[in-house]
Amino acid sequence: MEILVLGTGCENCKKLYETTKKALVELGVNADVKKVEDIAEIMKYTMNTPALVVNGKLVHSGKPLPDVEKVKTLINNV
Amino acid sequence: MFKNFAEFFVYHLLNLQKGSKFADALEFFIYDTLKIFFLLSVIIFVVSFIRSFFPPEKTKKYLSHKKEFIGNVLAALLGVVTPFCSCSAVPLFIGFVESGVPLGVTFSFLISSPMVNEVALVMLFGLFGWKIAFLYLITGLTVAIFGGIVIGRMKLEKYVEEYVFKIKMGEAEVISPTFKERIAYAKFNTIDILRKVWLFILIAIAIGGFIHGYVPQDFLVKYAGKDNIFAVPIAVALGVPLYSNAAGVIPIVYALMHKGLSLGTVLAFMMAVTALSLPEMIILRKVLKPKLLYIFVGIMTMTIIFVGYMFNVIL
Repeated sequence: MEILVLGTGCENCKKLYETTKKALVELGVNADVKKVEDIAEIMKYTMNTPALVVNGKLVHSGKPLPDVEKVKTLINNV
Repeated sequence: MFKNFAEFFVYHLLNLQKGSKFADALEFFIYDTLKIFFLLSVIIFVVSFIRSFFPPEKTKKYLSHKKEFIGNVLAALLGVVTPFCSCSAVPLFIGFVESGVPLGVTFSFLISSPMVNEVALVMLFGLFGWKIAFLYLITGLTVAIFGGIVIGRMKLEKYVEEYVFKIKMGEAEVISPTFKERIAYAKFNTIDILRKVWLFILIAIAIGGFIHGYVPQDFLVKYAGKDNIFAVPIAVALGVPLYSNAAGVIPIVYALMHKGLSLGTVLAFMMAVTALSLPEMIILRKVLKPKLLYIFVGIMTMTIIFVGYMFNVIL
C-alpha cells in the first residue's frame, strides 16, 4: 500500500501527515507515508492541498482536514 | 442581553462606581468578550457549513474562460465562500490558470479570499456594528474586483513563472460530503479557529478595554484624525506585517476609533492587515515573477490608501 500526503509544507499539511501516520498505527497497517511537496507532483492529483492519495487514488483534498477515524475509513475503502 | 449581564456584574456584583475608569474598562471587557465569542462561534459555524458547498474545484469550473468584469465580480464573490488553506495558494493559482481562468479573474479571487475573512467580519460587526462591517465587505469586494480588472488589463501573463503553464493537472473527482460531514466540518472548524485565536482576542479586548477606560477621549484626534494626511499610509504600512493577528487588532482599533482615529484610516488598516499579508506574498513568489508581485502589491496598496482617504473625506 502506498500512501502520499500532498502539501507545500504548511501547518495543515503537517497535521494531515501526523493524522495519517496515527491512523496507520491504529489500523495496524505497515505502510509507508510519503510527503510530497513538489508542485508538479501535487498537481497531478489536485490543486486543493492538503491532500491524501492512497495507492494512486485521491481520497481527500482540502479543508476540512479528516480526523483519525475518517482517515482510517478512507484507507480501508481503497 | 450580554450588556445587561456585564452591567450587572460590574455595578451590582462587584459594586463598582459608575463612571470610574476601571468600571468602564471592565464593563467593556466583559460585554465585548461575551458578545464576540458568541458571535464568532455562531458565524464561523454557519460560514463553514456554507463553504462546504463550494469546493475550489467547482469554483475553478465557474470561473474558467469568464470574461472581464463578470469574471472578476464572480471571482471576488466566490473568494468569500470558497474555503482555501493559504498553503494551497500556489496549487490553486496553477489550477486556475491552467484551466483557462484569466489572470485578472484569478487575482480577484486571491484578493477577496483572505480579505473577507469571517473572523474579521464578525469582530467588526460585533464591535463596530453592521454598517461598518458591511462597508468593509463591500469595499473589500470592490478592491478585489478593481484590482483584478487592472491586473487583467495590464496583460501581465508573461510575468507568471513559466513552469506554471507547463504543468498538467489531473482531473480529480470531487466527492461531495454528506450532511453529517458538513456539520462535523463546521463544528471542527469553529473549535479549531477559536482554539487558535481566543487568547489573542482576549488580550486584544483587554487592551481595548484599557484604552476605552483610561485613555482620554480625543487623544488621537491630533495625531490620527481626519486631518493628518499621513495617518492612512502609515496605517496601511503598519497593517502589512500583522496578518496573523487580524482578529486581535480589531478590538484595539475599535477603542482607538473612540479616541479619534477616523473611520477611513480604520478601514484602510483592516484591509492592509488582511489583504497585504507578508506570508502570502512569500508564497505567491513561487508562481509570480518579482515584477508581477511588486505590481500586485503596488496596486493593492494604492487602492487601499485611496479607499482610506475617500472614507475620511466623505464620512
